[in-house]
Order: sequence, then structure tokens, then C-alpha cells
Amino acid sequence: MGILLNLIYLIATVTFIVGLKMLGHPETAKKGNLIAAAGMGLAIVGTIFVHEQQVSSIIYILIGAAILIGSIIGWLIAIKVEMTKMPELVSLFNGFGGASAALIGLVEYGKNVSNVTQSTTIVSGIIIGAITFSGSLIAWGKLNGTLKSVVRIPFYNIINNLVIIAIVIFAGFMVASGIDNQLLLYVLLSTGLIYGVLFVLPIGGADMPVVISLLNSLTGIAAAITGILYNNMVMLVGGILVGSAGIILTVAMCKAMNRTLGSVIFGAFGGAAATEGENKAMGSIKSTNPSDAAIMMNYANNVVIVPGYGLAVAQAQHVIHELEQMLTKKGVNVKYAIHPVAGRMPGHMNVLLAESNVEYNMLVEMEDINPQFSNTDIVLVVGANDVVNPAAHNNPASPIYGMPILDVENAKHIIVNKRGMNAGYAGIENELFYNSKTSMLFGDAKAALTDLVAELKNM
Amino acid sequence: MNEFLEFIENNLQITYILILAIFVGIEVIKSIPAVLHTPLMSGANALSGVVIVGAILVMLHADPADYVAMSLGFVAVVLGVLNVVGGFAVTDRMLQMFKRKK
Repeated sequence: MGILLNLIYLIATVTFIVGLKMLGHPETAKKGNLIAAAGMGLAIVGTIFVHEQQVSSIIYILIGAAILIGSIIGWLIAIKVEMTKMPELVSLFNGFGGASAALIGLVEYGKNVSNVTQSTTIVSGIIIGAITFSGSLIAWGKLNGTLKSVVRIPFYNIINNLVIIAIVIFAGFMVASGIDNQLLLYVLLSTGLIYGVLFVLPIGGADMPVVISLLNSLTGIAAAITGILYNNMVMLVGGILVGSAGIILTVAMCKAMNRTLGSVIFGAFGGAAATEGENKAMGSIKSTNPSDAAIMMNYANNVVIVPGYGLAVAQAQHVIHELEQMLTKKGVNVKYAIHPVAGRMPGHMNVLLAESNVEYNMLVEMEDINPQFSNTDIVLVVGANDVVNPAAHNNPASPIYGMPILDVENAKHIIVNKRGMNAGYAGIENELFYNSKTSMLFGDAKAALTDLVAELKNM
Repeated sequence: MNEFLEFIENNLQITYILILAIFVGIEVIKSIPAVLHTPLMSGANALSGVVIVGAILVMLHADPADYVAMSLGFVAVVLGVLNVVGGFAVTDRMLQMFKRKK
């Protein structure tokens, strides 16, 4: 029996590695996900049935019920959610994983207090699981708009560090003294939960994907710790894989945004403190209407569309596809320029456009499209702001200085669709809007684009 | 420090596996196109749900009369399954959209 279960775990572990590897290539990604899922199913079934323990049937029934409930709810949420809500959903699921790890620790602590190694792993599992759970919930709330503002208590960096140090000392005391006190255990759990909140609350919404990726990595570490506790290889290797892959992914995301991990966590983006007062000095803006914009695009040879999160919020990804098809039919050469962090997560915009059947090869990545802007007649920016802000090139004082951007200002004309003159997610003014080549098309993205399509139809 | 060395001494195999797995994770993820960051993160998130195995073990080892352990284990299994099933399903849905259209 023992050898069979170990064999099952070995197979599952291999599927995790192969699956993760396959997820890294567009052609094999879907299969890779399914392979990893199959391995996970195998590990779960094996854990339940392949052992020599005497287990009463009520426990089997309860395990079955729990799996059924979790599967149905998880499946329904995953199937029903809108594609724009994807990032926060990943965060929510991740939080559940962390909570699961913390709960396991709560049960196991009492049985293992006498063993320092075991109780150290259990206590670490509880702390990390609790931090991931509450942190993920805050990230979820921030991304879906429930928690709007960036909350910063004064000296939050110092306070956060003091809290984590206190938690570690407290945990160390519990392990060293070996007291089996349920109350202290719940105090430890609560401090972990509080730290998760304190950790994520001051971080701006634009940095949330990085935070989710980091928390995801932490859940992996919590799973690996639980694996050490049970001497269970599939949990250990699976958890560590997610942990180290998550860290690499986090760093890759930071790189795409030209941010360091430190500046994300310790918040160099002064959300509110940005640029009050400078706004007026930037010159005048020119606004346009759908019919003028339609005429300009109708007679253009090359049009590049720059979609941003505003497009997704307005649910305009289908209309933009219609616009692009209409222009193509009229002989205009249309492309989409995709900034690495367009949307709310790297690759999010590709998912959204793919959902509305935009051809995969019409999406051009930043490095490839940037040299082409000088030959572009019209750039249509829809709901994007910071990723086209020239301040990233020419204003060393700007918080986004040095971030790779789409060089749309090299095009002959720029049409920017925006709801109003609000600053972007990073809270920074955009001088592109005051450029003499820029016309602003104010209005909700969906309404404005629908008007554009209607005007083009009549031409 | 002594306890740390003792841990490594007693768990030499685990320590090796741990370190090798870290490198495997790094190698597997290296040079992934930004387009796939979102699905990859989602897939990795589903994998971290492997903690469900621990939750099941808690229930298998628990005494049915121990209501606290049973209910904590039960909730842990539900949450773990949510992470696994939801995670894989949502990743699959995302990747569905990357299929090349003819």
C-alpha cells in the first residue's frame, strides 16, 4: 500500500513539473494545465483511498461532502466570472489555499508540541497561511473596487516591520516553551491575519498583480511547509515549485513595469502626493467628436489601437473588434499595440481581446510595435493612460520615469478616448493629452466606439 | 544554530529535495512571454492548492468525536478544493481563448 501511494505521489509530482513547463508556451499551455489538474486529482484520490489506516465511514462521507461542496462552488465561480474580473478571482482562490494551510496547522499543533522541528513547521504554516489569506482578501477587495483608496497609516513601514518581528518572537516563544495552549494559538493566527491586512493595505492598486503573485508564492511555501510536517513529497515539491516559480514571476512582472520588488512593497508610488499644481501648466487640450474621428480613420493607411484597462471596464472589447473589422474592410491596416502590463496583469489584455475573437496575430507586443509608430497615421488610445505617458521618457521626477512605454507620440495623429481628464491609475498627469497632434474623444469607451462604428458605416 | 544543523542532519533527503525543487521551479518559469504571465500565475495558484492533501490527512487522522478537529479539517478541505478546482477551471477558461482561430 505504502509503495503504491508513493508511486502515485511521484507521478503527480512529475505532472506538476511538466504541466508548469507546458504552461509557458502558447501552443502547449492548455494541455499543460490539464495534465497538472489530472495529477492533482490523482494525488487527492490516492490520499483518500490508498492507506492502511482504519477510518470510520463517517469520515469518508465528510471528506466526500467537503470535496463535493468545494468543487461545485469553485467550478461555478470559475465558469461564471467575467474575464475582466480574472485577477481578483485568482487572488481570492489563492487566499482560500492559504486559509486551508493555516487551519491544518491549528489542528496539528496540539499533537506535536513536544517536537521542536514539527512545531516550528506548524507555527510557520499558520503564520504564512494567515498572512496569505487576509492579504489576498484585501488584494481582492482592492481590485474589484470594494476598497478604493490607498490607506496609509503614518510610519506604516516601521509599524509593519515591528509587527512581523513581534510575530516571529511570539512564535519562537511558543515553540521554545512547548506550551499547548489553544488560546495562544489563535492569538498567533490573528496576528498573522492582521499582518496580511497591514502588508497589502498601503500598496496601490496598480501594483496589485505583483502582490497577488507574491502571495501566490507564499501559499506555495505554506503548502511545502505542510509537506515537511507530513513528510509528504507531493506537497513539498508542489509547494516549492509554486513558491520559487511565483517569485520569478513576481520579479518578471516588476521588470515589465520597471519597478523593483522593494518599491512595490514599501510603496514609492505616492498615490495622493502625485502632481497637484502642475496640471495647469501643460497647455490646452483639443477635443474631437466621433464623426471627425471616423473621417480621419477612414482615410488613414495605418491605424494602431492601444487598448487599456478602461476598455475592459467599459466592456468595449467587442465593439473595438467590430471597429477593427470595419476599418480592415475599408482597406485600412489595423493592429493592436499591447503593452506588457496592459489591463490589470501582464497578459490580461490578450485574454480579453482573445475573448472577443480578435485574431492572435493582430496583437503586436511593445518592442515590435514601437519602431512602427513613425509610419502610423492614427493611434487610437482607448482607456489607457500611464502606458502611453511620455513622462516615462522625459521627466526624471515622474514616478513612472524609466518605465517602458508605447511611443505613440511618434505617430502622425493620436486620438485618445477617455471618460474625462482624470489622471491614470498611477495618479500622474499625462502630457500626451496636451500634444498638438492629440485629439481627445471624451466619453464612455463603449458608447464612443459604438458611435465611431456607426459613423464609419455611413461612409 | 545547533538545532538548525541538527534538522539538516536528520532530514538530509528533504533538504536536498527542497533545494533541487527550488531550482526546478526557477528553470521551468524562466523566459516566459509576458502574454502568458496571467494564465501561468493562475495555473501556479491552482497547484498551490496541493495543500488539500494535508487537509485530507487531517481528517483521516482525526477522531470522529473530536468536533473541533473535524470541523477545522472539513473547512480546510472545502477551501483547498475551492483553490484547486476553481484555479484549474479558471486557467482552462483563460487558455481556451488563446486557441488560434482559423
